[in-house]
Formats: sequence, structure tokens, C-alpha cells
Amino acid sequence: MATVDTADHHDNHGHDDHHGPEPGIMRWFKTTNHKDLGTLYLIFGLTMFFIGGAMAMIIRLELFQPGIQFVDPYFFNQMTTMHAIVMIFGGVMPAFTGLANWMIPMMIGASDMALPRINNWGFWLLPAAFLLFLSTLFMSGGGPAGGWTLYPPLVLQTGDAFPFVIFSIHMMGISSILGAINVIATVINLRAPGMTLMRMPIFVWTWLITAFLLLLAMPVLAGAVTMLLTDRFFDTTFFSAAGGGDPVMFQHIFWFFGHPEVYIIILPAFGIVSQIIPTFSRKPLFGYASMVYATASIAFLSAIVWAHHMFTVGMPLAGELYFMFATVMIAVPTGVKVFNWTATMWRGSITFEAPMLWSIAFVILFTCGGFSGLMLGIGPADFQYHDTYFVVAHFHYVLVTGAVFSLMAAGYYWMPKWTGHMYNEKIAKAHFWISTISVNVLFFPQHFLGLAGMPRRIPDYNPQFAEFNMISSIGGFVFGISQLLFVWCLIKCIRGGDKATSQVWEGAQGLEWELDSPPAYHTFETPPSEELIIKHAPTAH
Amino acid sequence: MSVKSDSSIYYVPHGSMIPTLATIALLFLMYGLSSWMNGGTNVVFYLGLVALIAVVWRWFSVVINESVSGKYNAQVDRTFRQSMAWFIFSEVFFFAAFFGALFYARHYSVGWIGGLSAEKYHTHELLYPTFEAIWPTNGPENMGGDFKAMGPWPLPTINTLILLTSGVTLTWAHWGMAKGDRVQLSKGLLVTVILGFIFLCCQAYEYYEAYAHLGLTLGTGIYGSTFFMMTGFHGLHVLLGTVMLLVVYLRVLKGHFSHENHFAFEAAAWYWHFVDVVWLLLYLFVYII
Repeated sequence: MATVDTADHHDNHGHDDHHGPEPGIMRWFKTTNHKDLGTLYLIFGLTMFFIGGAMAMIIRLELFQPGIQFVDPYFFNQMTTMHAIVMIFGGVMPAFTGLANWMIPMMIGASDMALPRINNWGFWLLPAAFLLFLSTLFMSGGGPAGGWTLYPPLVLQTGDAFPFVIFSIHMMGISSILGAINVIATVINLRAPGMTLMRMPIFVWTWLITAFLLLLAMPVLAGAVTMLLTDRFFDTTFFSAAGGGDPVMFQHIFWFFGHPEVYIIILPAFGIVSQIIPTFSRKPLFGYASMVYATASIAFLSAIVWAHHMFTVGMPLAGELYFMFATVMIAVPTGVKVFNWTATMWRGSITFEAPMLWSIAFVILFTCGGFSGLMLGIGPADFQYHDTYFVVAHFHYVLVTGAVFSLMAAGYYWMPKWTGHMYNEKIAKAHFWISTISVNVLFFPQHFLGLAGMPRRIPDYNPQFAEFNMISSIGGFVFGISQLLFVWCLIKCIRGGDKATSQVWEGAQGLEWELDSPPAYHTFETPPSEELIIKHAPTAH
Repeated sequence: MSVKSDSSIYYVPHGSMIPTLATIALLFLMYGLSSWMNGGTNVVFYLGLVALIAVVWRWFSVVINESVSGKYNAQVDRTFRQSMAWFIFSEVFFFAAFFGALFYARHYSVGWIGGLSAEKYHTHELLYPTFEAIWPTNGPENMGGDFKAMGPWPLPTINTLILLTSGVTLTWAHWGMAKGDRVQLSKGLLVTVILGFIFLCCQAYEYYEAYAHLGLTLGTGIYGSTFFMMTGFHGLHVLLGTVMLLVVYLRVLKGHFSHENHFAFEAAAWYWHFVDVVWLLLYLFVYII
């Protein structure tokens, strides 16, 4: 037992804390290391971001002018459907899980995630799921074209792709549930001694709450798509009035998943900007505790407002009223957050490095998306906006200038920590300004299109909408191409650049900044001291 | 170097191909199932299924070996407990989707088609003026043909008693574990596994009765859909729980588990009680009311 230099030394000691990465390509298949898996998740998310982005480019190309120019309408419908699923389940969610993997153990002083092998499985399920999902494009009948919400009876007309889509969604769901369980076990159980819940960085809090939302939302989606599958292949009539069921029932079950899903996508984004704004304002986060409570309130409310997606579908009046009031109530805790971010910057000693720019743009543009959300949340007004481009503008403001902007902020913020090199600030700033201007050119005119009555998910339109669509498409192309700047900046940063210090940013607080840049393969095998934890607590500046 | 210093360190396993192999097996299974449903061959599905069972077998044997060789400290044990608890939480929401479908159908959609709130909704008078809102129903188009409903007596009630008894025998086994009486532990587990098996047989017989004599099938409108999907998914969970308890029983025979270290036993027990509670809800809402 006492021999230390045998090959299986680690096995003999019931722990495994000194081994480095596996050599060669097998490292990435076999890894149980949270940093490796975080990298894999992030690269996967970025790849899917470009695949989904290419689909968006096809959509904007077709909408550049009225009439059918480039693709046939059925293919257009496949693009809108697959763009959404690829971006949500392939792009944003894995990217956030990647950040959770990389950052949570380092932020709470843990040696790794709680379930390392489950972590590996959770990641590799995703490429498999998207292999199935994207392969449907080449099947007889093409990919899914009924919209990402998969409403029956339309979705039941999908060709051979149908079961593949359902089962790929099951695999994405399994991946999400495994990831969520892992985050919960890590945060609850692996915090270093002295890392009390209210000393945790806010990003950890938002992810913990997100993980609970995943656990209550994803299984419901699994149930809903399973019922679709049996309706199509095994004669059940859940969603057919002929047998006493109801297509609207699907919408209720789907949106019971779908609305928490919206917050699954945005809560980690809240966490990211709540990390970055204090750093570059050189002030502690204003109202840390209220941020935690606001996040929890938003999560709770998100589970009881689903039918605001269905105001025009048909619902008892009491239902319409309830879902309307509950929905606009979300503005209260969200307002707390926006207020706190602003108050954090108030009288701060602010500098405008790329992560801060993305975060400030996040606060402004996400709030813009929040306001259009309030408009949509008002039932009678929604009767006018429903299924128009106003809705498209709204959710792209919260998802692109919200979730994706926060991911860009996070990418630049932690890139020096991950790679050990400073990124090129000039490219990063160019990326930011071109993206921020073009994304508004892309999505802002869609508000006007929607208010004027242009329906969504339509490849052709009335010529009265031509100007705004052309402006929107130009913004879209510029936004799409400018994302390559991020890849350029990332590759440059991986390959070299100014050496990053451990602290990286002058005002940065948090245990991850005590570690080398890049950190060792295994970190915090010995938990950090309580003094260090207190020094870095979000409330102790 | 000492055991004491080891137990202060959280066990992080070596790199492993098992999870990636599990992904590949699941990919084959899902691909195979999809092409089977599209009218293709089922060979890929069965290949994937066998591969997945093999990989899961391997995965669990690695975990069991690690556990038996003392690599898991109290903190790892807490991780496992919390993970199992939250996994069961997610299972609750899976069943919630189906209970939601049942309640929605019974309280809204059947009533609307049947004209119960005709002053507000016009589906009834426009589409199905002769349809009456009664439960159970196979809908206005008599989907699947005439049928008789599955009442609570006798089989479902017997099954309820079987599952409740199995909960008691499992707790009795747990008491055996607590006081270190391994005979009581293994006896209690064996009886529980047998009761689980009898439940599954009764369920299979009930399905046979439904198809052969009651005209009740998966295609019997919303009643058949909810009846078979809910009891079917429950049955799958009973099967899984029985397999879990069987593995635990075999491990007890091999001398595994101690007063301090018996997470697998508790995980299987929690799962079994969860399945038990789901059944009570099914008994109430699917069979009785």
C-alpha cells in the first residue's frame, strides 16, 4: 500500500488525483475531467451555432425579397424548424452546460464535477442526438417542417424523419437531465468547507436553479413527444378529437416544458452578466441576496405561466386572465435584476473591455426584449401580435441579444483563464460593435413587420413588407459573417498572445482567479481555505 | 497514505470508454427503433439493445467494484443519494405529463366535444352533435370499436395489495439491514422481488383480458390511450425496479453491503416506493374514479 511509484498507485488509494490527460485523441472520448468536458461542450455549442446560423442565413436569403427565389417553401419550413431546435438544444444549452462544467468546480473550490463518468455520457449523447437529428434532412420527406413546437396534427405529417426527430429529442433530454443532476449534486455536495450557499458566486446560483427547472421541464417534453409518437404509430388519440383527445392538449403539455425552457436558457445568462458587470465596475454586485431571490422567483413563476403562448388558441376566460397576470408578474423580479445591474455600475470605476461591452449590450437589449415580452403578455394585445414577426423579434431579442450575447461575454471573460493567453482586444471589439449594430438592423425592423401583420414561418410575403425584410436580411448576413471574428479571435488566443496572469482582470473576484491561467488539469484537490473563500465572497469587497 | 487521508478525498475516476460506448449503443438503439417504426428492419434495434445492456452491465460492475474496494467516501455516498433522489424527481414529472393528459381529457376535451359548455364552445354542435360526454370514452368516432372499461375489481385491486405488501416486505428487509440481520434482509428482498414479478404477471394477464375479451386496446380512443400508456409506463418502471431489487438481492447473497455502505439498496428501495405511489394514483384515477 505504501509504495508510491507503482503504475496503479491511484487505484490502490481509492482516489485519483494526480493523473494527467490521456494521450492522443482518445482523451476526448474517455475523459472524466470537468475542464475537458467543458471544452467539448463549448466547442460543440459553437459548431451547432454555426450550423443553426447557416440555416438562418438560408431563411433570411429567401426573405430578402418577396416571392419564391431560392428554396422551395417546404424546405424553408424545414429550415425554420431545424434552426430553432439546433440553436436551442444544440447551441445555447450545451454552451451553458460547458460553462457550468468549466467554472462551477473552480468557483466553489471542488476538485471536479460530482459524477464525472455521467458527465462524459451527458456530453457524448449530444453529438449522437444531433447526428440523428440532422440526418433527417437527407431522408425521404425531408427533415421536420412543422415548427420546433411540434404541434399536432401538422407534425404527424412529417415523413420518415418523424421517429428520428422524436428519439433525438429523447437523447437531448437524457443529456440535459444527466447534466442537471450533476450540477445539483456538485453544488449541494462538493462545495469547499466554508463555501456557504450565500457565499457562492451568482453564476453558480443561477445554474443551480436552472438545473431544477431542467428536471421538471425535460421529462414533460419527453412525455409529450412520446404521445406524439404513439399517436402516429400505435393508434392512440391523445391529440385527436375523433377519439376524445384534443390537439390543444399537446400545446398545454408542450408549453409546460416550453416556458421553463425559456428560463433555462436565460437564467445562466443572468448569472454570467452578474459576474462580469461587478468585475469591470470594480464594485461588488449590488443586492447579491436579492439577485438570488429574484432568480428563484423567476424560476417559480416560469413554471406556472405556460399558456400565455396559447392566448389565441382557445381557453376559458379565467385561464386567459390568470395566465396574463402571472406572466406580467415576472417583470417584477426581472426588474429587480436590471435595477441591480444598473446600480452595480452606478459610480463604479468602469472600463469597457469586450466582456463588459457584451454585458452592457445584454442589459439594454435584453430589457428591450423583455418589454416586447410584456406587450405580448397582455392577452388582448397578443390577439393582434400572435404568430407575427413581432413574436420573432421578441424572442430573438431575448435569445440572441440575451443568451447569445451573454455567451460571447462569457467567452471573452474566461478565455484568458482557459487558454492562458489574452485574446486580441481589437478583434473582440470589432466583433462586438459589428454584431451589436447588425443584430439590431436584423431584428428591430421585425417589430414593425409584425405590427403591420406579417406572419411568421412564411417563405413569401406581401410586397408591402419588402423594405423592412431587405433591411433585416442585410443585418442578418452581416451578423452571421461577423461571428467568424469570434472564431478567429478564439483560434488566435489558443495559439498564443500575451500571457494571462491568474487574476486576468483587475477587478475580478472569485476563486477561479486564484488559479493559474490556464489552470492545472486538476484543481482544488485540496479545498481552498475559508479565509480565501471569504476574501472572494461576492458580498465581501 | 493511510485510509483516513484517502477518505477525505473525493473519488474522481480515471478516463473511461464506458460512457462513450453507452452513447454508441443508445444511438444504435434509437436509430434502429426509428427505422423499425418506419417499416424497416428491427435488427439494428436489437443490436443496440443488447449492446446497451452489456455496457450498462459493465458500467455497474465497475461501480460496484469501486464501491466494494472502498473508494467511495461518505461524500461520494451523499452525491449518489442526492442524484438518485433528483432522478426520481424527474421521473415524477415524466408521469405528470401523462396524468396531465388524463385530467385534461376528462375535465376539458371530452366535455367540450360532448357539449357540456355548449354556450361557449361549438365543437359539439358543429362537429359531433350526437356525442355524449361520458367517461370512459373512445371519442365521437368510436375509435377502436365497442369496448368495456377495465374496472378496479378484481385484478387491479389484487395488484394494489401486492404492491402495498411489497412495500412492507421491503421495509422489513431494510430493518434487517439496520440491525445487521442478513437473513431477514435477503428474505425480505427475495419476497419483494417475487411480489414484483407476480404484479407484472397480473398486469400482463390484465392486458390479455383487455385485448381478448373487453375490446379494449391502445387504439380505444382517449380512454385506451391513457389507460395503456399510463399503466404501461408504470409497468416498465416496476420491471426496472424489480431488476434493481434482484441485483441488490444477488449482491446481498455475495456478502455486499454493510450498515454504513448500502446506497444501492436504498436507491432501489426509494425507486420501489416511488413506483408504489404512482400505482396508488393510477389505481385511484385510472381504475376507480
